Amino acid sequence: MFYYEKKLQYPVRVSTCNPMLAKFLIEQYGGADGELAAALRYMNQRYSIPDKVIGLLNDIAMEEFSHLEMIATMIYKLTKDATPEMMKAAGLGDHYSVHDNALFYHNSSGVPWTAAYIQAKGDPIADLYEDIAAEEKARATYQWIIDLSDDPDLNDGLKFLREREIIHSLRFREAVEILKEEQGKKKFY
Amino acid sequence: MSSQFKYWEPYIGPFDPCKPIRVKSYSTPPQLYMNFQPAGLKQFTPKQALMHGTLWPQLYSPYPDPKKGGTKHA
Repeated sequence: MFYYEKKLQYPVRVSTCNPMLAKFLIEQYGGADGELAAALRYMNQRYSIPDKVIGLLNDIAMEEFSHLEMIATMIYKLTKDATPEMMKAAGLGDHYSVHDNALFYHNSSGVPWTAAYIQAKGDPIADLYEDIAAEEKARATYQWIIDLSDDPDLNDGLKFLREREIIHSLRFREAVEILKEEQGKKKFY
Repeated sequence: MSSQFKYWEPYIGPFDPCKPIRVKSYSTPPQLYMNFQPAGLKQFTPKQALMHGTLWPQLYSPYPDPKKGGTKHA
């Protein structure tokens, strides 16, 4: 079960009215390497992973949901006061024709989120390697969005999220080390 | 007749980046309120009906919101 705390993991500030940034940010909302894909991937893989690392997948899945909420807040702040003309000028005319100013789980090109973005192989090494790759891809996506954005307050939140991807990647790498066992031990038969 | 648009005032944050839209609206067109269409409703003239897309004035729904600068059919 979930306990909901009605605040964000890290404060989200947006200082310039630039709805075009929402078009780029939505990649992290409903894209292949976005926070929704990450949260659902880990929350599902945790069931069939060895007991030693279930807790890790669980905790990271919860944090990814908090990140999803931060991204949603950024997108919402950038689009909630955008008129249809502003949406069109920001390259969001195609979004507006389907969703008005609502958020939706699609990537920056408008492709809707699909479970085909995630995997659960049942093999712990295969799953954890997928998770490591997902964190690195999310980190790279944050980098490219920061490169595109000139809003220092928004970038502050994005830099926090990028840093968390780095930590998650290391934690998954540590999980692999735990499951490898035997390393650095003298084993006698 | 019921009003065709409803209005609400969303929360305006102190640090919102864009100029706030203080009042937002949504459509509540007439079919929501009719349930089953009663017999003998007042009718448009045939020519008016062709222009409006319906025979019955009670089912006509203007868009955009005339209060927000949308034009009403004659």
